[in-house]
This record gives sequence, C-alpha cells and structure tokens, in this order.
Amino acid sequence: MCTMIVEKVKIEGSGKGTGGWFKLEGANVSYDHPFDAPYEHALNIDFVNESLGPSARVAVELSESAARALVQTILNVLEQAEAGGHLARR
Amino acid sequence: MYTTDQYEGILAETVTLPGANGEWINAFFARPLGKGPFPGLVLAHHMPGWDEWYRETTFKFALHGYATITPNLYFRAGHGTPEDVAAKVRAEGGVPDDQAVGDLAGAMKYLRPLPYINGKVGIFGTCSGGRHAYLAACRVPGFDAIVDCWGGNVVMPPEALNEKRPVAPIDYTKDLSCPILGLFGNDDTSPSPEQVDQHEAELKKYGKDYEFHRYDGAGHGFFYYIYKAYRQEQAMDGWKKVFAFLKKHLTT
Repeated sequence: MCTMIVEKVKIEGSGKGTGGWFKLEGANVSYDHPFDAPYEHALNIDFVNESLGPSARVAVELSESAARALVQTILNVLEQAEAGGHLARR
Repeated sequence: MYTTDQYEGILAETVTLPGANGEWINAFFARPLGKGPFPGLVLAHHMPGWDEWYRETTFKFALHGYATITPNLYFRAGHGTPEDVAAKVRAEGGVPDDQAVGDLAGAMKYLRPLPYINGKVGIFGTCSGGRHAYLAACRVPGFDAIVDCWGGNVVMPPEALNEKRPVAPIDYTKDLSCPILGLFGNDDTSPSPEQVDQHEAELKKYGKDYEFHRYDGAGHGFFYYIYKAYRQEQAMDGWKKVFAFLKKHLTT
C-alpha cells in the first residue's frame, strides 16, 4: 500500500477468471505496486465480484501510457458505436 | 556459519494465534529443530501479501537460526491466492494500523513463552511491512530489534492521514524501544531519500540506537528477486547487514 491511490467503481458486465465467467459488480482502480508487471507502480484494474470472494477477480496491470491509450481507445469505440447508431447519443 | 558436515532441520507449518482484539489469524512459522535457545523473529509481510517470497524468507531466517513467524495480516480479507487477497486489501486502502500492530504483537506474544526461545524477539518488515514493523516496535513493548527495509509512508503529510492511518509512524519515534536497522534504495520514491533523511533526523533527535544504509542504483524492493526491482549486489550486502544486526542484538 505504498501509494494508497485507489478508487472503486460499480460496474455491470461479466468477467472471465480462473473459474470461468462470473458476474461483475465492481472495478477497483489503483496506482500502486503491481504483482507482475515490471514497474514499481502500475495502473491496476481489478474487475471483481466481492460477494464471490477474493478469487472472483480479473486483473490487468498497465503502464501509464498503456492505461491512457486504453482509456482513449474505449472512448473512441463508444463514439463509433454512437455514430453507427448502435448506441443512443448521450 | 553453515558447513556441509552439519545436521540441519527445520520445522515449518501454518499455525493460528490471537491477533488484534484477540481475533484468531493464521501465521507461517518456521524454526530450527533442536532445543535452542533460538532468538525469535516476527516478519511483517509486504503489500503484495502473505506470499511465497515471505514464506521463503520465513524459511531463510529459520535456516539462520531464528524461530520465525509471519502472521497473515490480510487474514480478515478472506481466502484465495495471496495475490487475490492482497488485491482486495489494496482496493480497501490497506489494513488499519491498529489491526496490523495488534497482529504483530500477537505473533511476538506467541513466540515469547516457547521453551526454546532465548528471551529475545526481533521484527523485520519490507515495504508496507517495514512501516508496520516500525509502528509495532514503537507502540508495543517486547521487541528487541527492528529491521525496516524501505518502509514507505513512515513520513506522512497531514492530508494523507485517515481513519486507518491516523498517526504518521515518524511521530511515534520517541517511543521506539529497541535498536533499528534501516535499508533504503536511493532511487526509491516511497520512501524518498528526503523522507529517509527526516526519519533519520527524528531518530537522532530522540537519541535512538539506529543504523541506516542507503544504496545507490537501487529503488524500492531491491531484495525481491521475483521483481524487476531486484539488485543483486545491493541485496546481498543488505542481507549481510540484516544478519549482522540481528546477531548483535538478538543472540548476545
């Protein structure tokens, strides 16, 4: 917990963990020590369902540039979906 | 020093003990076989949890003659792989300081009455564990030496304090009851070299028995061979200093 920078957000969807697919209820976003990525700190996202226990987790650990690129890419894709009429304009 | 003609035996197992508020937690315990007497050692695990590196390190200290116990400071978060449990604790902003201190005190009290303990118990921690070890050594009587390896957030600005961390560890320095060894990397950002300076100044101010070593070319976690942070030369020197310090304060 060396930075203690973390935010939690409620989400809906599904995640595929070691035990197969499960219903997601939240995402925990932190900038702290990763477990695997080769950085002192990383942008970590854990997609979780806490009611199913700690193992209901899909994890990613990203570099800063990867995290920013991912955010922008998600927004771009949602914009294309809106432009194509697949999503209602917000 | 080990020589190849020696008999060597280690007993290692999971045990349970009363931690903070008398709540039962589990712990990994490794001790040399034989009647002793052996010094005791409590390990405060790091932010990545009660993981394989800490179980290996528990063995390592036992091989060096210490009855060593590593309490699972994340016990209350539930069970799963160490990473999954640690990720849950990370999302919760860590464990409360009072709880960690209570769990570490419980581990020390578990060791003290054992018939093969030589009457001395130290504490060792890295990363958040270095910080927790420092808190325990300041707030709980009964530790005879502390090793703080790159404990972050010992120095905390007021805005960083919260319900779980109401007091900056540095503010307990006057109560530190035993000698301290500190190992730090000069490329670390938590603690930064400036924060290590502040910590050292506080120890000096209160006349504490301290020994700080700072390594160039090393950052946070330079003992961890499992991470890119590993620095072989600095780590090997650091381990020598750890064992020399513990021998001085726990075996004589």
